[in-house]
Amino acid sequence: MTGLERLFDLALVVGLPVVALAVLTAKELRAAVALFLSLGLLMALVWARLDAPDVALVEAAVGTGLTGALLLASGLAAPAPPQLPGPLAQRLLLAIGLAGLLGAVGLGVATAGGDPGLRAAVLDNLQRSGVTHPPTAVLLNFRGYDTLLEAIVLLVAAVGVGSLRRERPVAIGPPGPLLLELVRWVVPVLGVVAGYLLWRGSDAPGGAFQAGAILAGGGVLLVLAGKLSAPRLASLRVRALLLAGPVAFLAAAALPLGQGGSLLQYPPAWAKALMLGIEVALAGSIAVVLLMFFPALAPARSGR
Amino acid sequence: MTPWLWFALSAVALFAVGLHGLFSSRQLVRQILAANISASAVLLLLVAFARRAPSGDPDPVPHALVLTGIVVSVSATGVALALARRLRVRPPGSRRR
Repeated sequence: MTGLERLFDLALVVGLPVVALAVLTAKELRAAVALFLSLGLLMALVWARLDAPDVALVEAAVGTGLTGALLLASGLAAPAPPQLPGPLAQRLLLAIGLAGLLGAVGLGVATAGGDPGLRAAVLDNLQRSGVTHPPTAVLLNFRGYDTLLEAIVLLVAAVGVGSLRRERPVAIGPPGPLLLELVRWVVPVLGVVAGYLLWRGSDAPGGAFQAGAILAGGGVLLVLAGKLSAPRLASLRVRALLLAGPVAFLAAAALPLGQGGSLLQYPPAWAKALMLGIEVALAGSIAVVLLMFFPALAPARSGR
Repeated sequence: MTPWLWFALSAVALFAVGLHGLFSSRQLVRQILAANISASAVLLLLVAFARRAPSGDPDPVPHALVLTGIVVSVSATGVALALARRLRVRPPGSRRR
């Protein structure tokens, strides 16, 4: 561990809370969102330092990229009147409470040992899981139950957002020539990258979530350029895509029941094919759900 | 002090900053940002704990948990922003919709 690495880690460790404080004390909301995006970049660097490339991919695509785009697209970043600080007693109590929490949790963390955790258990059973990348094996096989429920949570969120939407989409200006060219060049590349990440997820960092997020990004570009209409919950195609992921997962989970196994107990010979099928369906559902989070936009047709 | 411990303590500080922002702000979008920051702090703690063994691969189980956590927290943010949009008071004289 060289001195330069230590310095880099120290910069990240100190930078995170400082940038977070800047996010929350920024005067304008637009500045706060911009700082939030840089906080996300710092977090991605931290994930890289902690040997977590899958997490870094998902954080960059979904946690930072998509969340930042959602915040900007929500139209809530209008200048707001400055807020007055609360009464002194309340602020003092909050500060003392947080200091106490910080101390207690910090103490607990500092006294935790160097336990390698469940690494050995996962690596011992890896060849029976059907894939060679440990996080993918954990996500779709060993802890498949969590991911199944997560797919259903996404469905619930989509229904929630879909039912809160107003009937008419927001009219925005026509797409400029730069955006149209960008869409022509970038969207096919996004499709290829998403497919590649989906396929590679079994042996290397990648998988359904990363692919779905990239597809959603391509979808946002298409909606902005007027090539795709924003997904509506009333449409049958949208409903089919939303249900594809959870239904595929449930079907794969229930498959072993017919052969005397329990839920999610994939037969080892079929495990890889089952997981790939689940990932493909899940990537499609994730892309549609993430796209639905954006407010419906209707760009005016550009005169030609 | 090993690197994972530094990042874990940084996560605790980050969580406290997010919590402070959540309680001391009255604007909805700032509270959503603060909640996101606190959530990221918890995920950072999990991933730091995954890296406790001094050598070899990190523990993949917290990584999978964090992947799930990021996606669920984005879903929560999406629903929260949809609610915030509906709750927004439109200033007089605005042209939207």
